[in-house]
Order: sequence, then structure tokens, then C-alpha cells
Amino acid sequence: MDTFLQQFINGLSLGAIYALIALGYTMVYGVLRLINFAHGDVYMLGAFAGYYLANALNMDANPSVLGTIAVTMGAMAICGLIGMLIERLAYRPVRRHSRLTSLITAIGVSLLLEYGGQVVFGATPRFFPQMIRSQTYSLGGVQITNQALMIIVVAVLLMFGLQFIVHHTKIGKAMRAVSFNLPVARLMGINTDFVIAFTFALGSALAAVGGVLVALSIPRIDPLMGLMTGLKAFVAAVLGGIGNIPGAMLGGMLIGLMETWISATAYSTFRDAVAFAVLILILLLRPAGILGTSVTEKV
Amino acid sequence: MSLARKLVVIVITLAALLGLNYLFEYGFGDFQINPYYARIINLIGINITLAVSLNLINGLAGQFSIGHAGFMAVGGYTATYLTVYHGRQIASFFGSGITDPLGSSVVMIPSLFAGAVAAALAGLLVGIPSLRLKGDYLAIVTLGFSEIIRVIILNIPAVGGATGFTDAIPITNFFWIFAMAVLTIVVTHNIALSTFGRALFAIRSDEIAAEAMGINTTRYKVMAFVISASLAGVAGGLSGQLFANPLNPQNLNFVKSIEVVVMIVLGGIGSITGAVLGATTLTILPEALRTFDQQFPGLRMVIYALLLILLMIFRPQGLLGRRELSLAWLRLSKKGQAR
Amino acid sequence: MKLHRFVFLAVACVPAFIAGCERRPGTSEQSATGDILVGMYGSLTGDGASFGQSSVEGAQLGVEEINNAGGLLGGRKIRLLVEDDQSRPEEASNAVTKMITQDKVVAVLGEVASRRTLAAAPVSQKYRIPMITPASTNERVTQVGDYVFRVCFIDPFQGEVLAKFAYNDLKARKIAVLRDVSQDYSTGLTDAVQKTFTSLGGHVLDPVSYSTGDADFRAILTQVRAQKPDVIFATGYYPEAAIIVRQARELGMTMPILGGDGWVGDALKNGREALKNTFISNHYSGDNPDPVVQNFRKAYRAKFNREPDSIAALGYDAAKVLADSITRAAGTDGPTLRAAIAAADVAGVTGRLKMNASRNVDKPAVVQELQFVNGDVKYVYRTTISPN
Repeated sequence: MDTFLQQFINGLSLGAIYALIALGYTMVYGVLRLINFAHGDVYMLGAFAGYYLANALNMDANPSVLGTIAVTMGAMAICGLIGMLIERLAYRPVRRHSRLTSLITAIGVSLLLEYGGQVVFGATPRFFPQMIRSQTYSLGGVQITNQALMIIVVAVLLMFGLQFIVHHTKIGKAMRAVSFNLPVARLMGINTDFVIAFTFALGSALAAVGGVLVALSIPRIDPLMGLMTGLKAFVAAVLGGIGNIPGAMLGGMLIGLMETWISATAYSTFRDAVAFAVLILILLLRPAGILGTSVTEKV
Repeated sequence: MSLARKLVVIVITLAALLGLNYLFEYGFGDFQINPYYARIINLIGINITLAVSLNLINGLAGQFSIGHAGFMAVGGYTATYLTVYHGRQIASFFGSGITDPLGSSVVMIPSLFAGAVAAALAGLLVGIPSLRLKGDYLAIVTLGFSEIIRVIILNIPAVGGATGFTDAIPITNFFWIFAMAVLTIVVTHNIALSTFGRALFAIRSDEIAAEAMGINTTRYKVMAFVISASLAGVAGGLSGQLFANPLNPQNLNFVKSIEVVVMIVLGGIGSITGAVLGATTLTILPEALRTFDQQFPGLRMVIYALLLILLMIFRPQGLLGRRELSLAWLRLSKKGQAR
Repeated sequence: MKLHRFVFLAVACVPAFIAGCERRPGTSEQSATGDILVGMYGSLTGDGASFGQSSVEGAQLGVEEINNAGGLLGGRKIRLLVEDDQSRPEEASNAVTKMITQDKVVAVLGEVASRRTLAAAPVSQKYRIPMITPASTNERVTQVGDYVFRVCFIDPFQGEVLAKFAYNDLKARKIAVLRDVSQDYSTGLTDAVQKTFTSLGGHVLDPVSYSTGDADFRAILTQVRAQKPDVIFATGYYPEAAIIVRQARELGMTMPILGGDGWVGDALKNGREALKNTFISNHYSGDNPDPVVQNFRKAYRAKFNREPDSIAALGYDAAKVLADSITRAAGTDGPTLRAAIAAADVAGVTGRLKMNASRNVDKPAVVQELQFVNGDVKYVYRTTISPN
């Protein structure tokens, strides 16, 4: 029973990581219908931004919650800016072309960030400063660290925050309009370029939060860290229903629990395949995802 | 073209390839090909097969697969497995050693055939369910499929697992590589000119309209998928049995698939000669940038990525677009396109 | 129609003509004067970057010392040509082919990871240019052929050392092994540990598997915890080992954790305080008072401004063995140099490097206890275990 509960907690804390990244994925896809392959790499940049900021503030020697919040904010600002830059320099010029062109561009940006990261930061994994000292809480044989707990809490909070922005603010309304029909939204007087830039900034800032928090919990950061995690987060977003914010949360948690469950069996090496197998199944059985609504194609 | 003339063309092609193969292996008098160049040329040939076969799905049929490495892996491992575990028996049945010219040839044929069949089955397996999906979703499913294949191979000790299939016997040579490259080009080219090809072009232009015109879109897409996969399997079989080039699950990942995509994107999605051009350029380019790499490790891959983005922004149709290079080198004809 | 087919063929064959031909080289086209060109390939980028960088730095230091001491063969300097293989086996073969046939190096140093050495070693064998790998411990590496050598011990021996240490020194009777199935190094070491520990009379639980790049081991560790082993082995490389150790401690698992030389890497310090009560087998101990070791440490720190790890030490040793062999061979052509390396007996930083008949070196391994002091990992010498 202990082991089962522990595995459940393990699954949730892993799932929260995917959920955190999936939120950004799902938002960008929801608005632009673009699989932003580079999202996982922005998450990596967030971790590195946090790394440099925290080292500049010497946080490793003086851990503090306030400082952590400051570092996270800083990383969010940097990544938000990078996200806008990527959108402006790479995605906007190809937006008028086919979706395929956008997808290939996204792959190119992803490769650029990964290999550029290896040149700039070096390929060797780095050690992320302990801005908040790790503490393990134990409850009847079940352990969880404060950092893992923090990821779960922040992911849930961000989900509600995002839901609020999209459904209860003016910019959120504009985002939904752009998502529904971009040319018409423009005709209605919405500054679509601004809305898209804002979406990217917000999505990238979310990725930065993920990067810093995950690096706190699992302090190994390297330029390729976003590749697999990013792909799985994408799967989580599709599973939950891409474009759907609570869906991203649900999808992330489900992938986390499934991976944990498979790891606990003798087939632990097939763990990386699980997310993709699930993806294929869900696309065949319910292409819109668990919480998504299917859209009939206009002819 | 009459049957007799076709035969003549085939014979001339084979003779030319055999002659070049001789030149590659034994040199000519005092001269021989530098082994490093020879290796690059062989890799170009394999990449041509990969790129042209992917072009069948991504170019002619207008679908988007980013899982070509998965098919390459299935075919490559099957072909290599056959050679490693049964190759010697087959060769000795013909009274020859496996590394002799005769022995390696009689092993190569069943080996590549098995690879092609296995990859075609994999193509069918992925194709039937997932080709009902479109665009991004199809892309991500093919990617997912190739990741699953990779994880499975990693868990099979008989084919080397993580070490790679280092038991492979190097029987691939220039002749086989380029014979298969030419075969792939001819097959793809003929498909483009057939009813099948016309159906694919219709699907590429507008799937819904094509369906309304009575084209069984799923069937044609699956067929394209299966043929493309089997050719990728052949490329895998050639690659895995090339000297000092063992198959390795780590090589056959997402990055490998993307490399092939970049090849056809560079050349022009939908153009067969474009795919050839792209494969050639992108095999030579990283090698040419090697010296550069010694000062700045990793920078060449950055250039590679930048090239991809810039290409998409400034020339999304690739170097050739959907056009084909023809004999009149400077004139670009529109042969490959639906007329 | 037919014109197009010819064009296709022509396009396909063009590369063959572009490359052209060159004059057939003689048996030894190496000039007898000028710099001696030595090739080195390593993973300078990609997931194995730490190893590539360390081994190259070690070799560079070795070459620099040789050149400063007046070079070889009457004042000729060694020039080290370094190629990056991006941690990809196919790139390793390409790089070695280029260095041997294009740049005409006299010998090749590298790789660290066994799978990349296994991919590239046949090239060395084919062109009869000796290859010395600093740190590929997989048994099969030197079985590729008689031109492939190494200056490190092999996995079966390392597994034996670790199993013996766990059984005799730590008094463990039940052990769990975590292996990285995507690394042949890890699976090889796992097999060796299992074999020795079982033969000593201990009980080995079913190995638990993960893959390189994983960052969450809580699920598999929770399973291991339920079986209550005395000692845990993590036979993979350092990036994962650091996280495994941390997450094990977070789950309240305080038993000793053991690993191989693959744990040596800068990122190991991610393990922090959790590294308490962990042990590794290693090629070399920086605590060794031997002047060879201490001079190497001093020179390395002066040049690269960090403490050398064992991979750097092996890179240095590989360069030294090669230089010594070139001197004894009094020439640089492949077969002569090969014979000289086969007879090498050099006092290296990592111990006495005497080639045996299988082109491996029989040298002792050290077991070190890890400590986390002032933000860095300290390797504290525990014991030396020699091959029988």
C-alpha cells in the first residue's frame, strides 16, 4: 500500500512537470494551430536563464523564497522576450505560407535552440543552484519533497490563472477570436499580430516557470533537456484535448501516472514508448482528446 | 519506350554501376578513389534513397511524415539480422564466402528484400490507422511511431540493443547503393506519371475535392506510405551493412527523421531531382564544415538549423520547388508536376 | 521520357565524378620529417560531451608535455587533430575515416564511450592505423582487431571489483542493480556485477532499467525500496547517477549506492549531500602520492583551471603510451607502430600500462568514497583491488 501510494505521488509530481509545459503548448496551438516544436527548448532556456540569474544573485549560498520568486520572474521576462522574438523573426514571416512550412520552421527553431544552446552554454550538464533547500516530508511511509509539491501547486495555480486570462479578460477574448478565425478577427479590428505576440510571450513565460521549477527539483540542466520532455508535454496536450487548458493539466497528470506505473513493472525500459503509444491510441479513438471538442471541416 | 530499348537502358545502367563499383574497390591502374570520398559518396547514395522515398509521401501525396527513421530502422535491422544469422548459409549454398563478390551479392538480394517487406508491413501498420489523420497530427503520430520502434529495438539483445548492430557484415558496396538509388528514383518517377500519381497529386491539391471526385484517398495514401516505407527499409539495409556504419537505435531517432525531411525541403518538396539534390548537398555540407567545427564545436549544426529557417522564410518551396532538373541543365521544366 | 531517366542516372552518379581519383598511396606516405599528425575523435557535443572534453584535454596536456620536452624522433612535434563526433557512432566512423585517409594521421586516440569506439574501430583495423582508446571499457572493443588497444581496465574486472567491495567491505548480501539499457557500458557492467556477486554467495534482485536522459527515477526507486536491498548499484553514467542518488535519498533510502567509473563527471555534483555513503570504482586516485600523479594534477590544473577527472587522466595516458611507442618504433608506419604499442610498458597516471596479449592493460582499480565538500565532489581513496 505504501508503495502504491508512493507511486501515485511520484506519478503526480512527474505529471505536474508535463502539465506545466503542456499549458504553454496548448495555448499556442489553440490560437495559431501551430505545433510549436521549440516550446520544449524555450523551457530549456528558462532553466538556463534561471541558472544564470540565480548564480548572479549567489542564491546557492543564500537560499530564499523571495529570491526564488525574483529569479523566476526574471526567467519569465527573458523567455517571454525570446518567445516574442522567435515569433517575430521566424514564425510571422512564414505565417502566410502553408501550415507545413510553419511546422518545418518550428522544427528549425527547435534545432537552432538545441545546438545553439550547446555552443553558448556548452553541452555538459550544469548544476542548478539550490535556491530553496530540498526538504522531504514524510507521511506514513510516503515521501514527497517540498520542490515536487511546489511544482504541483504552481501548475494548478497557473492553470486557473490561464483559464481566467483566456475567458475573462479582453486580451483573452481577442485570443479566442484569433483562434476562431484569424482573418475575420483582423477585420473586426483586432490587432492580430499583437495578440499572437502576446500569446507567444505568455506561453514562453509559462515554459520559463516550468524550466526553473523543474530545475529546482531535478537540478540537472543541459541544452537537450527540452527535447523529450517537450515532446511528451505535447502528447499530454493532445491527450487532454489540444487548445483546452484544463485538458493540458489532465493530460499531463495522466501521462505522468502512466509512465510511473509502467516504470514500476518489469517493462520499465518501454517507458518512453508509452506516451507515444497512448498518443496514437487517443488520436484513433478520440482525435479531439479527452476534453476537446471535435471540429467539422468546412468545405 | 519499347521493351528492347528499356532493356538496353537497364543493361547500360547496370554496366555503368558495375564499372564504377570496380573503380571504387580496386581503383584504375595507379589511381584510386580516396576512401573518405568513397564513403561520403556511398552515404550520399543511401540518403538519396531515403530522401526520394520520403518525397513520395511528403512531396507527391502532400502528407507530412517525420518518422522515416522508424521505417529505416525496421528494414535495416531485418536485413542485417538476416545477413548476420543466415547470410553465411546462403552464401555457402552458392559455394561462396559471404565477403566474396558472388556470396555478398546472393546474400544482399534476400537481405534487402526482407528489409523492404518488413518495412512495408510497418508502413501498413502505421499507415492504415494514422492516415485518417491530417497534417500536424499525422506528423506527430509518425514521430511517435518511430520513437516506439527505437525503444523496442533498444530492448532486443539479439540485434545489439544499445551497442548497435556491430555484428553486421559489411556487404554493402557502391553498386548496391546506387542500383537501389536509381531504382527508387525510377519507381517514384513512374508513380508520378501513373494514375496512382495523378490520384496523389489530386489528394495533395485538395483532399476533400479528390474524395468528392471518387478517389479513395485513404487507399492511395496508404499505398504511398507502404511503398515509401519499403524503400526506406532498403536504405536501412544498405546503411546497416555498410562498412563501419552499424545501425544504432540512438542514430535512428527523431533527429535522423528530421535530417531526411530537411533534405527534401531543401531540394523542393515534390521534386524528385530536388530530393536528390537535397540529399547530396546535405551529406556533403556537414563534412565540408568539419574544419570549421574544429574551432567551434557544434557550430555546424547551428548553421544547419539556421539554413532550414532561412529557407522556409525566403524560399519555402525549396531550391527547385516542384520542378525537375532536366537534360537542358539551365532550363527548368515542369515535368514532375500534375498537368 | 528516356532523357529524363538518363538525367536521373547522371545526377545520381555525378558525385562519383566530382570526387575524382587520386594517386594510389604507397604503404607509408607519411613524410619522415615535419610534425607527426595524430588524430583524436571524441564527443565534444551531444549527450556525452563531458567525456569527450575531458579525454581531449588530457591528451592535449600529454602532447604539450612531449612537445615541450623536444618532441619525438629527433625533434619532430606531435600535432593533435581533434574531430567531434557529436556523440553519434556514425559520425565517429566518418571522422576516423577522414583522419586516416584524408589527413593521414599515424595513429588515432579515442573514443570514451564503447559504442562509438566499436563503430569506428573497424576503420582503424582496415587501414592498419593503430587506435588507442582511453576509456572504452566494454570487453568487445579490443576484439575488433589487432590494431585496437586501450589503456583502461575492462567492464568484467570493474564489475568484479565493485561486487567484491560490496560483499567483503560493505557486508552486503542482497543488492539491487539499476542499469541504463541505452548504454552498453551499463549493461556490461551490470552483467559483471551480477555474476561476481552471485558467485560470492550474495543475492541479486532483478535489475531495474532506465534510459539515458531520464530525469525521474522515483518510480523505479520506489519499487527497489520495497525489496529492501543492502546496497544499490547504479551502473550508468554520471548525469543520471547524480539524480538517482538524490531521489533515492529523498525517498528515504539511506543504504550505500555504488557505481563504476562512468560516474566521474562534473555533473555528478548535482547529487550534493545525497552523495554521502556512495562509492565508485575508478581508474585513478588524485590522492595517490606518486609524483607522476601529482605532477599531472598540477599541470592539468595550471592549464585547464580545474581538477582532472579519471577520463582526463586516461586521455593523458593514451597520449603518453603512443608517444613512447613512436619512440621505440623509431618510425610512424602502421604495422611498426602497432607492434611497438603491443609491447608498451609505461608508468602512467592511472597505473602501470603494460599491454597484454588481448591488447588490454591489467591494472588495479581503486575504490573511492564520494563526499560533497564546498560545492564539489571529493573522491576519497578507500582501497585498491588488483586483478587476480
